[in-house]
Amino acid sequence: MKITAKFWIGLGVLAVLSPLGLLLPEHFKAGSAWGEWGANEVQELVGYIPGGLEKLSNLWTAPIPDYAFKGWEEKPLAELSLAYVFSAVIGILICAGVVFILGRFLSRKD
Amino acid sequence: MHIPDGYLGPATCGLFYAIMLSIWTIAAKIVKKTLSVRQVPVLAVGAAFSFVIMMLNVPIPAGTTGHAVGAVLVAILLGPWAACIAITVALVIQALLFGDGGITALGANCFNMAFVMPFTGYYIYKAISYKSAVESKRRVMAAGVAGYAALNIAAGLTGFEFGLQPLLHHAANGQALYCPYGLNVAVPVMLGEHLLIFGWVEAIVTALVVKYLQKKSPELLTGRG
Repeated sequence: MKITAKFWIGLGVLAVLSPLGLLLPEHFKAGSAWGEWGANEVQELVGYIPGGLEKLSNLWTAPIPDYAFKGWEEKPLAELSLAYVFSAVIGILICAGVVFILGRFLSRKD
Repeated sequence: MHIPDGYLGPATCGLFYAIMLSIWTIAAKIVKKTLSVRQVPVLAVGAAFSFVIMMLNVPIPAGTTGHAVGAVLVAILLGPWAACIAITVALVIQALLFGDGGITALGANCFNMAFVMPFTGYYIYKAISYKSAVESKRRVMAAGVAGYAALNIAAGLTGFEFGLQPLLHHAANGQALYCPYGLNVAVPVMLGEHLLIFGWVEAIVTALVVKYLQKKSPELLTGRG
């Protein structure tokens, strides 16, 4: 088997395992990554919402926010895990696709 | 390590966009000359790998979470300029599609994770492996050390960017406008958590994949990469 085929199997395994990135932090009661809090969390931490942060924090509404579907914030972990795998698959395909196309222009033919 | 919108002021955001624009331009020119069209499928896998490894959040119990980036591995295999492009694509997709990392902070996030990290990791790997054989244990160790060091350098730099904000911007009443934590908090926390936990994930992943490739596909380790 070609090594790129093996790489793709590896990516598939990582996509299936990706919900660990959701479940492990939940299990060990770990919060957000440092410096990646929502505006409300900042308020809890320092007692106020910095003005610029308040203005900018909702600048962009991502179509699949935080690797979950919109309105799924309160869904059980099993469903969030499914959304996570779905996000991983979508992300893997788009990243590889974009680099594949970009790479055709940004490489030498030999 | 994905700085969201609202944590960096306009000066910092603008500066890093300007820096990254020139780095992306140089990267495109260099990669066009050095990357073989046959390496493109591996680069595509590299971008996808970086994307998914960043989703694997590792917890510090009752604390925060963090993750590996995979940038050093891609740099070892395809060179730091190609890695810069691959990791940039992963970060752009994460920001636009999944809201992971801010749009205004994209320049800074790319500088930390798609430029500083692959470059420092690549040169540390090259320096430690020196003239050792491709199959040598030294290369596995070099990959691990490079992964650990580069992730920590990127994390420390991210902490520095966070920590500068209260110095640069504050309201008349003294409240911060963007990231509220200064250098005395942001740098030690960002560095500490990566030195303690997340750096090891990057080290192990990078070393294990290099070890695997030594057996299965050593030609990937001998390339111009």
